[in-house]
Amino acid sequence: MRRFLPLLVLAVLVLLPYSALFNAPGTLNLLALCAVFAGLAAGYDLLFGRTGLLSFGHALYFAVGVYGCAMLLNAGLSLLLSALLAVVAGVVVAAVLGAVALRVDGIAFSMVTLAFAQVGAIVVARDPGGLTGGEEGLTVSSGIPSFLVGVAQTVNLYWLALAYLTVVLVVLHRISRSPAGRVLAAVRDDPRRVSVLGLSPYRFKVLSFVVSGGLAALGGVVYLMIVGGASPHVASSDLTLTLLVMVVLGGPGTRFGPAIGGALFTFLDYKLTGYADRLPGPLSQPLFVLGVLFILAVYFFPGGLAQLRTRMRLPGRA
Amino acid sequence: MATVVLLAVTGLGLAALYFLVASGLSLVFGLADVLNFAHGLFLSAGAYVTWWASSWVALEVALLLGVAAGVLAGVVVELVLIRPLYSRTIEQVLVTVGLSLAGVALLQAVFGADPRPFPRPSWAAGVVPVLGARIPVDRFVLIIAAALVFLGLMAFLRYTRYGLIVRAGVENREMVSALGIDVRKAFTLVFAIGGGAAALAGALAGIHFSTVSPATGSSLLIFAFIVVVIGGMGSVPGSALAAVLVGLLQQFVNYYGTSGAGDVCVVALLAAVLLWRPKGLAAS
Repeated sequence: MRRFLPLLVLAVLVLLPYSALFNAPGTLNLLALCAVFAGLAAGYDLLFGRTGLLSFGHALYFAVGVYGCAMLLNAGLSLLLSALLAVVAGVVVAAVLGAVALRVDGIAFSMVTLAFAQVGAIVVARDPGGLTGGEEGLTVSSGIPSFLVGVAQTVNLYWLALAYLTVVLVVLHRISRSPAGRVLAAVRDDPRRVSVLGLSPYRFKVLSFVVSGGLAALGGVVYLMIVGGASPHVASSDLTLTLLVMVVLGGPGTRFGPAIGGALFTFLDYKLTGYADRLPGPLSQPLFVLGVLFILAVYFFPGGLAQLRTRMRLPGRA
Repeated sequence: MATVVLLAVTGLGLAALYFLVASGLSLVFGLADVLNFAHGLFLSAGAYVTWWASSWVALEVALLLGVAAGVLAGVVVELVLIRPLYSRTIEQVLVTVGLSLAGVALLQAVFGADPRPFPRPSWAAGVVPVLGARIPVDRFVLIIAAALVFLGLMAFLRYTRYGLIVRAGVENREMVSALGIDVRKAFTLVFAIGGGAAALAGALAGIHFSTVSPATGSSLLIFAFIVVVIGGMGSVPGSALAAVLVGLLQQFVNYYGTSGAGDVCVVALLAAVLLWRPKGLAAS
């Protein structure tokens, strides 16, 4: 029975817009964003939780998806072609940069990915040749099919985001069940042993980096559809840091933890921003509340939400 | 010629800021293996305390108060947040990430997100003619401050007992502990030094840019990270050399190339150094 629980949850999520409680454009838009960030966090966890790579540059691949797709759409290409090219661009960038960054490991790798992503943020902000729109970002004026445009069509965006989340979770599940996925876990736990066994940890790390980058670029395309434009924030290192917070809150390396963390974080961020006027002092800043919550999570429930249940069942042993 | 001199001195001024941030970062990382994302917060603490105090007391005194605030912030962060997590590297990084997010948000809540005008003292105003170029004095202030901190740090590392412990700890921490020395005191010490240097950088950056904003810390921090990796982690002379390279490269390319090209070049330099020498310039 438990095997079918995820399918049941998916069915409920798919049917959610048919309930009067959720069938409002504002709510559906928020839920769509939650689903996209759930998928992004889950994709980021392929690096962090499953391969043990702490990348600080994930925003770059997301931004390649968002900006790449927006620029191609504005150049007059069809949505399908733009999306495809944007994802391919994300994969290529991840492959090239990953191959360089993975030459160092540990914290140096983190810093190098941070530096690469910073280049992306600078390029986006400086607006080379009027391509990225600088601080103002880009709005997509044409090319999006009509069933994805307008307030009345929000439900389609929600389903699109949900489809993205499902794709990410299925890909991750397939990977973790495959021999390559086992090697990734081994690379995380003991890279030396992997090389003694005659496998190259480097190749598997690059593989993980590329898959994760491709999923992030795909998420960028979906995000572009929901928001209808690209803003420089999507390339900032803050975005990577919030992804990290989502994964840690949810539970790194677990099947659904990162996705739940991503959805919850996005939801709380939105709600706290809405209540900002009514909260006193620093509490009016969502990131202050979430940052403090994150620090407390690192100390008091390191396994994240996903392991909360096991911890409660075994008091004193965790 | 005049332009080249001006660019060189400005680049060195920028390098001085990078060095002040990177030296503490590098020592903390070399000794305690902590990648400190909250280092930008020490910088902001210095900048904002100096800014706040400068309306009550002379700027020189405010500067000292700012540095003291940075030292205090470093010690408190180390004792309260980092110490319980030693040898759990990833958790430490996560805590400093949370701290940097919450800290910037706190600064925004208290001081607002917009830049605040920073006072410029008379000794940092005006220009000096050098080889036909008119160089603003604040560049020299930055360079002299960084040079003094560099010499002070080198003297501390070379001639004092604690300096010896720090150097030995960077080489091999387990061995130092095995000899019966409490390395954790040295951890607190390098956090205090790093916090003070970063706070000084924050206050001087305020004078240099004439403004202070909650985002200053994180934007300088990213280049400081690059400097630390290029220079080799744990090496103060390596950080100094890398800071000069990065500052000059960035300044010259940004002037002669398109805007932003210098920043991209710096990252290209980082990639080149990593391919050629993964442990950084200072590695033997």
